[in-house]
This record gives sequence, C-alpha cells and structure tokens, in this order.
Amino acid sequence: MLKNKEISSTELTKSVFDRIKAVEGKVDAYLTLNEENAMAQAADIDSKLDAGEELSPLAGIPVGIKDNITTKGLRTTCASRMLENYVPPFNATAMEKVLDSGAVITGKLNMDEFAMGSSTENSYYKPTKNPFDTDRIPGGSSGGSAAAVAAGEAVVTLGSDTGGSIRQPASYCGVVGLKPTYGAVSRYGLVAFASSLDQIGPLGKCVKDVAMVQSLIVGHDKLDATSAYREYPNYESQLKTDLKGLKIGLPKEYFGEGIDPFVKQSVLNAVKEMEKQGAVVKEISLPSTDYALSSYYIISSAEASSNLARYDGVRYGFRAEQFDGLTDMYERTRSEGFGDEVKRRIMLGTFVLSSGFYDAYYKKAKLLQRRIQSEFAQQFEDIDVIAAPTTPSTAFKIGENTGDPLKMYATDICTVTVNIAGLPAMSIPCAYDNNGLPVGLQLIGNRFTEQTLLNTAYAYENIVGGFKMPEL
Amino acid sequence: MVKGYEVVIGLEVHAELNTETKIYCSCKNQFGLEVNSQVCPICMGMPGTLPTLNEKVVDYAIRMGHALNCSINRICKQDRKNYFYPDLPKAYQISQAEVPLCENGYVDILVDGEERRIGVTRIHIEEDAGKLLHSDKFDGVSLVDLNRCGVPLIEIVSEPDMRSSAEAKVYLETLKSILQYLGICDCKMQEGSIRCDVNVSVHKPGEPMGTRSEMKNVNSFSAAVRGIDYEVERQIAVLEAGGTIVQETRRWDDVKGESISMRSKEDAQDYRYFPEPDLLTIVVEQERVDELKATIPELPNIKILRYVKEFGLNIKDATFIAESVELAGFFDACMAKGKFAAKCYTTWILGELVKFMNETGKTLADTKLTPDNLTDLAEVIENKTISNAGGKKVFVVLLEEDKPVAEIIKEQGLAQVSDEGALEKIADEVLAANEKSVNDYKGGKTNALGYLVGQCMKASKGKANPGKMKEIILKKIEG
Repeated sequence: MLKNKEISSTELTKSVFDRIKAVEGKVDAYLTLNEENAMAQAADIDSKLDAGEELSPLAGIPVGIKDNITTKGLRTTCASRMLENYVPPFNATAMEKVLDSGAVITGKLNMDEFAMGSSTENSYYKPTKNPFDTDRIPGGSSGGSAAAVAAGEAVVTLGSDTGGSIRQPASYCGVVGLKPTYGAVSRYGLVAFASSLDQIGPLGKCVKDVAMVQSLIVGHDKLDATSAYREYPNYESQLKTDLKGLKIGLPKEYFGEGIDPFVKQSVLNAVKEMEKQGAVVKEISLPSTDYALSSYYIISSAEASSNLARYDGVRYGFRAEQFDGLTDMYERTRSEGFGDEVKRRIMLGTFVLSSGFYDAYYKKAKLLQRRIQSEFAQQFEDIDVIAAPTTPSTAFKIGENTGDPLKMYATDICTVTVNIAGLPAMSIPCAYDNNGLPVGLQLIGNRFTEQTLLNTAYAYENIVGGFKMPEL
Repeated sequence: MVKGYEVVIGLEVHAELNTETKIYCSCKNQFGLEVNSQVCPICMGMPGTLPTLNEKVVDYAIRMGHALNCSINRICKQDRKNYFYPDLPKAYQISQAEVPLCENGYVDILVDGEERRIGVTRIHIEEDAGKLLHSDKFDGVSLVDLNRCGVPLIEIVSEPDMRSSAEAKVYLETLKSILQYLGICDCKMQEGSIRCDVNVSVHKPGEPMGTRSEMKNVNSFSAAVRGIDYEVERQIAVLEAGGTIVQETRRWDDVKGESISMRSKEDAQDYRYFPEPDLLTIVVEQERVDELKATIPELPNIKILRYVKEFGLNIKDATFIAESVELAGFFDACMAKGKFAAKCYTTWILGELVKFMNETGKTLADTKLTPDNLTDLAEVIENKTISNAGGKKVFVVLLEEDKPVAEIIKEQGLAQVSDEGALEKIADEVLAANEKSVNDYKGGKTNALGYLVGQCMKASKGKANPGKMKEIILKKIEG
C-alpha cells in the first residue's frame, strides 16, 4: 500500500497513534511511546518513497517492540522496577535490522516482568488487557505485543518466546505469532531470561506480515555465539497455499486431560479443513511431553537465577535508597526491585543449581531435554508439521490465576516443550468460543522449517478467509 | 621438613594472557589506561549483551598446556561461576569447572641441583574481574574500575607436590619463565599479571596428609615464600599445642607478615556452577592442537639442564641465563657460532651486561650489543690483541653503539703492544730504574718479577701485552 502510494507512512503512522490514543486506555499495551521519533521516521520514509527509492517491505510500517528488546536511547524496562529508568546504549540486533529496513517504531510494549509469566499481570507497571474482552488477560509474557496487534495499536510487533511467550498471547489475542527455531534470530540485545530457550519472533494480523518480518530479522549474528550459520529464504516471497501431501501429526499427549473440549474440537476441526485440501493426517505420540513442564521450569529458572544476578544496584537501574553495607544493598535492591514472580523463579533456580541438588534437578532436566529433542526428531522423519492447541483454554479473567502459580504455570503446558526442543512453532487463530474469545492452533515444525510452518498457516488462513480482529 | 613435620604445598596460579583483545568482547586488553576507558556493554554486563569467545585465548592456553606436558581436552565447555561482588558486573564469572582445556601435566624444575617433577592438575581459561578503588577522597564509598573485566586468564593448578617454600618459589619462577618464553603473559607482578593462591598443610612423616588451608592475596613470589613459611609455622604451632587445623581460606597480609582467616569450610561459597548457555562447546581440531605444539620453543627448565650438561655452566648461572628469554636467546646465538667456550660469553653476560642492566634498569634489547660483536670481542681478548681491561672499555661502547670491535680498539688506542723492540725499550728503562728489584729477583725473591712487569705495564699505559712483557723481562734478567 505504501509502495503504491495508496497511503503515506506519515498517514499510516498517524492513524496508528490516533488508534493508540483511542484505545490504549482500555488495553494498556504500551509502556513507552515513541511518537515524536516515529513521526520523524515516517516522514523520512515518505521522502525516500517520493524519491523513488527501493525500500524494504517493512519501510514506513509502524512496529511495536517488546520491552525486553534493547532500543538505543529508548527506555527498556523489561516491565520491572529494576530497570525503570534504564536507557540502553545499544540496539538489539533484531531491533537494528528492523530499523535498517525503515520500520517506524511506535514504542515499547508491556510484558510480564523479565518475561516471566503467562498473563502480563506480572508487569510492575500495569496489566495489559485482552482486546477481545478487556476483563481478561492477553496472555504473556508478550501480552503487550499481542494486544497491540489485535487492538490495531501497531501493524506488527516483536515479542520473545521462552516457554510460549509469543504463541500463548497470540492465541489469546487472536493474532499470528511465530517462535523461530532456537538460533535463527540473534538474541543479542534480548534481555536474557533463559538463555538456552529465549528467542525473538514476530506477531501480526496475518501470516504474510509475520513471514515478512521474520525474513528481515533472521540470520547469523557474530555477536551471538548461539545463532546458527546458515542461509535463510525470504519466507514471504515463497509463501504458498498448497497443502497437498503435507503430513500433519496430531500428538495424542496434546489432546488429553486438562485441554478444554472446545479448544480440542476447534483444533481438530482446523486440521480436518486442511485434510480436505490434501493434507495427510496421522496420530503420533510424544511420550515425554508430561515431563516437559518440570524440566522447563528447572532449566529456565536456573538460567534466570544467574542471568538476573547482574541487577545488583551497582552500575545501573534501581538501587534501594537505604542500606547498611554492601550485602544489605544487594538484598534490599533485589527485594524491592524485583516482583514476586521473578523472585520466586530466582529462588527456584538458585535452589536447583545448589551443590547437592544440581544432579537431581538441573542435570536431570537437561537429560530430559535430550530425550524430548530426540522424540521430536524421530517424529519429524515421517511428518512435516505437528498440529496441537496453543493453550489448554481461551483467555482467563484478570486475577483468576494470580494466587496459584502452579495453575498459572500449567497454562504453558502446550508451548514449553517446543522451547525445550529448540523447534520453531506458530500460533494462528482457528475458532472463537461462545464468549467470542479466540482459540489458537499451534503448528510445530522441525528445526529451521519456518517456511513449512508459514506455508501451512498461510494455507489455513486462505481457507478461512482471514482472521477477525476485535471491536473495541 | 620443618621441626619434624613434612610440608605439603599446592599452588593455583592465575596468569593474564596478553591477547590483543579481551576474552569475550573486542575491547583492548591493556593495562594502566584511564579508569573505565577499556569497556563496552559486553564486558560491563549490560542487559542483553552476550559473550563471544576470543579463539586466541584457547590457542594460548593450549600452548601453555603443551609446555606443561598436559593432555588437551579438544572438547570442553565453559561454565558460569556465580557470586556477587561489585567488581563482577554479570555477577558470574565465565570459567571452566568440570572439564578444563588442559589437564594431567607436569613440569620439571631444578631445586638445589636436584631435578623435581611437579604435577599440573589442570589449566583452564576464564575471565578476570574488575578492580575496586578505595580512597579517602571518595567520601566513604568505593569506586569500581571495569577495565580489567574480561581480561583473559589461565588458571594453572598444581598437584600438592611441593615440599618447601623454596621449592614453591622455583616452581613459580619456572612457570613465569615458561609464560615469558611462550610470550603469552607479560608477567608483570606489580601489574598483577601473575597472581597465586597457596594451599599448605603439614604432617608428621609416615602419617596421612594434614588438613590444608588456602591462602589468597599472594601478590609476589617472595610473598608466597613468606606466606608459606608463616603458614607452616602457624600450623605446626597449632598442632604442637594440641590443636587441630581447620580447613579454611586465609588472606595473606604481606605488610604485616601474617595471614588472617577469611572463611571456614562451612561458610564456603556455593558457586552454583552450570554450563554457560551463551557459548558453544569448545571444539579444537587435533590438527590445531598439533600445530600449536610445534610452536613451543625450547623451554627454560630444559635449557638449564642443557647449559649445565653441554656447556658446563653451574646451575646458578645456567638458571639465571635460561630464565630470561632475551639473555638465553642471546647466549644461544653466541654459542651457535661454535667459536668459543661458554665461559668467554658468560663472563660478559653475567658480569658487565647484568651489572649494566641492574644499574640502568634497561633490558638487553635496549642495548646495541649483538652476538657478533660479543664474539669479536671474545676473539680479540683470546688472541691477546687487547687486555681484559681494554675489553671492558670496548664492551661499554658495544652497549651503546653497533660498531665493529676493531674500530673501537683503533679509536681508543686499546691494542696491546706486542712489538718486541718497543717492549724491550720499556723493559730496559724499567730495569734500569729498579735495580733493587732486579737484585731481589736474582736473590730468589720471585715475586719481584710481578712488580717489574707491573711497572712495565704502567710505563706502557696498560697497552703492553703482559705475557710478552714478562718473557722479555725474564730473558733480560736471566740473560
């Protein structure tokens, strides 16, 4: 549209900020707005377009960034009191790539503190609301990223996914979210939660947008030793709707107890639609799935306890006002600066790494990780894509699960296994329940088969004729 | 043995590697620059940053591994060592816990003429921390300098194979000279580029090893000796008084000359080591391990043995030369000419050269001396063209200028007079003026001859060839 001059970037950006002004009071997706810079960026892109420059498809498009992705000169809080006034001196690699392609940055999006949570209720600042029902949570931790897209407060957004933090909110907010293969997108500048699981990925209203952004942010980065050396396709230009012969696996462990019957049925119906278009469906089994949640919480908490140790009040961020000596400064700073969920995970992680417990917890969890990885690898010898629910139910009410961390953790049951296995996965809307809340269809692929996932999602989107957005 | 006790010492040596850049970022690895000037978001541990390994560090550590006869673990990982301290911005140090890059090695050292083999348990790579700055000027707070954060270190852990502080000192000096030979560490003690922790225990002969204490903050080799001696005395005193030694970490205060308990075993920190998820497993090809092995020069501990056995140097001289890369390189180049015995060179190297270096604080490289020139000097002394006294004058010039020896001799008129006519003339004059001494000699007082020769030398202003002079005088007196 921008290229064909149907609308200018300035007009588009202005309309997005108008929308933010209209609905942000209800949604609370943003922690920091970047309007002045955004308008300047838009004007710059417009002049380039006027000059006939060949620009990236993302040029001039308003993009929101999750607040754990560092943005040079733009406050990056991780929704924590600890980093309330922290302004990073550098851009994350993914952010740099988005900027280089001419994206207009709308602002920084709310999240669960340090990406720990499933509802965005763990933000130090405010809970974000689900645009489909503002009494409900948008999911998390990338709740702001999903809600902003659903509410029209950004065209596309970047989120991060450690145990489902892109897919789960995408599912609850009825948008498309992609969690890339571990190592596909640089983690440099993504404030670490669990280094071996974290991955940045895009959220958008449609598969095409997500494919376009993913094509721009993917790639090896010499600043991230864990980013993979390989060539990546332009996913967007290779999208196709042909499902003939696509082998879809339905893992029985993902359709068992605890999954809402409507969610289950909706996912099966979606798969049936794809079968009608020529996909081949078979039931499979991933027997170690039951252990994934515990190994996820052990590994992610262990890494988090170490990754978050740097917030000690010495160099940047929050420091307790009153303290008596160094140890007291550490204790007070960290007690006052972190929220309950973050502290819970730091304690859990510290415990599982303690001498005497390491073998029983961390080491065992890493062994399970291997087993889970090999089970997936074995399945992907025969099938192309695994289809499953993204979440056991649709979005719950704000405050409904905050008193019971274990119940909250259980909402991640369908998504964490993918992070443990390092695989790519997507969530796309496939139904709406009788409250009008979206149900997510999760598609899981083998390592680096994002194109297959995107194609499958694109075909499905084509079958249903697009996804509906909420009215606010 | 000290007072009937066997002493057991093990050392952990930290050496800073002198790579261009730091271990996990591209900041310069340089000492002594402005506070917090050699830092970036990565070594400051800013949120979102990630480490990437400087491969040079692996190479350097493997070279040290080869030098200490270690087996190289071609596949190993890096681990996080978690603890809070203001000089550690990430609140963890990236190190190696379970599997070090190098292990199971040894180093042969010479202690009082005896060859001793000290086991090397392991060598691993890790990052250094920053430095806290304390000053009254800071108004009650401490400041932190992060320039040193991410400076690459190797930690060399020995077996408890040393039996005296003297042995520990030789081991430390040997490691230092090996590091210098490999050119991987600046070895500047005052800059902290080598630091060590000392483990000491004592036991009665025939009894099992005693409980050890670990001593930190040992900043020089002489401090290590003092610290060990203090600790041995302390432990023996405790045992003699009927007490027991507790396993603990102590801090050495070199100014006070005593160690203070820092923490007991019960309070030992739990570092919660786990594999560093931000870095890949280190995988070194066998080919690279072999290539690195080929770069190891003859090491000083081996040189010492060779100098003693092949060139007949005494251990003290051999050690002195071998432990200095430059002196040994120079001496080896001289000997390679195959012209003169070692003594013709060591006299100059250990005498005038070392004296000059000590007096001026300069190094050999600061002088103009070359093996060629020194060989020429040895030659003119050997063939009596000039006297030893003249040789010293030439040497002084050679330190400052790269000039042919012959030219210096000519300029300074140092050539000995060997011309018989000239010498006879001098002899005639001296004999005529010293009739008493001539008669003394004839009367059997042979030492009168020395006096006469001395007088002739004086008359020649030192230029007469003393041997020739003596011959002529004898001929004249005895007829």
